[in-house]
Amino acid sequence: MNPASGNGLATGDAVLSARNIAMSYGGVHALKGVNFDIRRGKVTTLFGENGAGKSTLMKILSGVVTPTSGEIVLDGNIVSFSSSSDARDRGISIIHQELSLAPNLSVRDNIFMGRELRTATGLDFAEEARQARALMAELEEDIDPMTPVEDLRLGQQQIVEIARALSVDSRILIMDEPTSALSATEVEVLFRVIRDLTSRGVSIVYISHHLEEALQITDYAVVLRDGAITATAEARDIDLEWIVRNMVGENFDLGSPPTGHEFGEVALSIEDVSVVDASGSGYSVVDHLSLDVRAGEIVCIYGLMGAGRTELLEAVAGRVPMAGGRALLEGEDLSGLSIAQRIGRGLVLVPEDRQRDGLVQTMTVGRNLSLASIEAFAKGLFLSRSRERELIDSSIRKVTIKTAGGNAMIGSLSGGNQQKVVIGKMLTTNPKVILLDEPSRGIDVGAKAEVFRLLSERAAQGLAVVFSTSEVNECLSIAHRIVVMRRGRISAQFGADATKEQIMAASGEAVIA
Amino acid sequence: MSNVSQAAKQSSPAVRSEGFDVAKLLLEGRAFFALIAIIVVFSILSPYYLSVANFLTMASHVAIFGILAVGMLLVILNGGIDLSVGSTLGLAGVVAGFLMQGVALSWFGVVLYPPVWVVAVLACMLGAVVGLINGVLIARFKVPAFVATLGVMYMARGLALLMTSGLTYNNLGGRPELGNTGFDALGFNRLFGVPTGVVVLAVIAFIGSIVLNRSAFGRWLYASGGNERAAELSGVPVKTVQVSVYVLSGICAAIAGLILSSQLTSAGPTAGTTYELTAIAAVVIGGAALTGGRGNIRGTLLGAFVIGFLSDGLVIIGISSYWQTVFTGAVIVLAVLLNAVQYRRRSKLASSTNGQSTSQKRGKAEAANPAHGKTAG
Repeated sequence: MNPASGNGLATGDAVLSARNIAMSYGGVHALKGVNFDIRRGKVTTLFGENGAGKSTLMKILSGVVTPTSGEIVLDGNIVSFSSSSDARDRGISIIHQELSLAPNLSVRDNIFMGRELRTATGLDFAEEARQARALMAELEEDIDPMTPVEDLRLGQQQIVEIARALSVDSRILIMDEPTSALSATEVEVLFRVIRDLTSRGVSIVYISHHLEEALQITDYAVVLRDGAITATAEARDIDLEWIVRNMVGENFDLGSPPTGHEFGEVALSIEDVSVVDASGSGYSVVDHLSLDVRAGEIVCIYGLMGAGRTELLEAVAGRVPMAGGRALLEGEDLSGLSIAQRIGRGLVLVPEDRQRDGLVQTMTVGRNLSLASIEAFAKGLFLSRSRERELIDSSIRKVTIKTAGGNAMIGSLSGGNQQKVVIGKMLTTNPKVILLDEPSRGIDVGAKAEVFRLLSERAAQGLAVVFSTSEVNECLSIAHRIVVMRRGRISAQFGADATKEQIMAASGEAVIA
Repeated sequence: MSNVSQAAKQSSPAVRSEGFDVAKLLLEGRAFFALIAIIVVFSILSPYYLSVANFLTMASHVAIFGILAVGMLLVILNGGIDLSVGSTLGLAGVVAGFLMQGVALSWFGVVLYPPVWVVAVLACMLGAVVGLINGVLIARFKVPAFVATLGVMYMARGLALLMTSGLTYNNLGGRPELGNTGFDALGFNRLFGVPTGVVVLAVIAFIGSIVLNRSAFGRWLYASGGNERAAELSGVPVKTVQVSVYVLSGICAAIAGLILSSQLTSAGPTAGTTYELTAIAAVVIGGAALTGGRGNIRGTLLGAFVIGFLSDGLVIIGISSYWQTVFTGAVIVLAVLLNAVQYRRRSKLASSTNGQSTSQKRGKAEAANPAHGKTAG
């Protein structure tokens, strides 16, 4: 391939190009001679599974890391960025996948962090606040610039992150998973802003696991697999299937509800549960909700951000207190039981944020896996190492974790495998009911399908599964029943034969064409 | 922004020297090599340093710090800090001294002379109570560990001063006719030639090591120190673990107080001042991370020996105590620097085995861990 021809499409208006970029970490080749063009005033989306090299490539283009070999061409000149602020000064900014905000500072201070507006005597707070307010207005978010970021919902925090990148007036804006916590309405606003930016000549690089969503906004699609570019096309020539096929190399299906087994008795019964907002506003995030789940049944809870899914699951698991109502596990009232006691009785939660709530980064894969079932290999006061190893090995096998072994550090795994460790940890306790909060968040299609396959296998063996999601496609995979939550209540319930439109309408989401 | 980009940047350059393995060995075993270096250097500088007698003397000094450091390690593994151990040590010594003088029960008109083992048990219980206060303040009332133990540090020291009006109990020998002799055994007796204090340290270290590596409690401790939220959701009784480490640290401090007052044959209210800092230094030199979840007994013992052998060596070759302070400080700074290098290297290795995209996540995780882990602890 001729390096100068970039993505393989004949075009002369590449504003920033990567030429033959290779990146190695130790002996691992993260990128193998990648050519990638960013076109002026267009949206270029980079598709690829976790670990394909997307984030590494973006970090190279935004000056966060220096490539092992290869060139970066900006406006026809070969450049090398000394740092991310060097790249920012040349008009390239990046919205990172993981939020990088100071939670204790206000929205205004976060937006201007590191490049505060100065006056002769100090900082120009009034001007900063004015610009911050204008940015919020542009993004159609009703957020006061003086609000501390920690008081905002996750989705709103993401908006602040986006506002910060917009405030720099970049020519090239890299967005790594900007919408993972946004509601459909917020995504629409963001897309409107993106279109506005491109019409002003700003070039956008977009990365998202929401393939459909990305396909809506993008002009060009580039697919990265195992550190090499496998396909490039204009968005109007391709469809979802094309992307998935090039990403994973085969057709992908998230599965269908397991059949052939009878549902058992009611395993989990949620009766009239209310949860009050943690910030003390008195607002009910879960509002007198009742739900029964039977053994062997898979229930999907669909809803937008802020619909109360997380709060409901965490209240049932004992993480946050209920303001009213109760949860029963096989008829036994769980009120007043600790998280540990609930796990002991067979009710487990796989939390939404695996980095923050799921994994212990300082421990190995094996010790993370065995953490919830220590009693199973304790002999009196001591732990039996051999029994622990058996437990870990069988768990790695059952959950199909790709790892060098139980002694590997947890940080050495890809996102999907880390998620499997969190799920495996809870499954090792042999639960009767498993609650999973957004189990597919930030993991690739392949890992997603494996997680769902695992859950449907366990359901067929009698496990009651409740998982939440904000992707409508996932509702229509393995779930026997789809429960739509809206403002803390169940707004509708469907069988596996529901349509996307029905589900999205019930959630209060504007139906996207 | 800065957190992420820095962490990613630090782990980015392809620094791979050929002498990697040697560097790694030196880095991982740094406390051990430091100890060897200290012994070699002082043996050359002084003819008295390298002798069994001197080593045993130095070891009995190390015993005090070592016992404190084992307790401190448990607290630090949990992501906390215990500033009260020096004062607890002093208070336990004073209470032991007070009990050795006899307890006058004026209503009954009798004076009780508890035997030494009762005195020791009572002192340890006192240490446990002080630790319990720390633990409850921190786990139940969410007081930051630094502040809670700082307050308790002052209270314990103040109580010790109050009990003695600032004076020292010089007579700890007891009297044979009262059946309370034997307090000096802790400081002076030897078991197969080894001072009792060192034996006690060895026993505590052995038990500590078993608990950390082979018991559920040890696993819980590492997990809740590494990520309290994840541990709690996995059913780990994080509050119980948190209270327990402070109780254990308090007991260790009381034991150290008994040994120290026995070695000095006196119990003074100011004994053990600033010892908490030496204990923290030993734990840090031993490679533990102050953010919790990383560290072990072996490293901590080496750390205690490094500090003890260094300061005694400086005394033996006649360096002024002012310089001793400077040297000890320099060793601590160096140790913390090397810890930072090691943990960065580890995260780099982790990100390289995964290929990509983790270094950013790791950066976040490492930046986020102290924040999340600490606000509760």
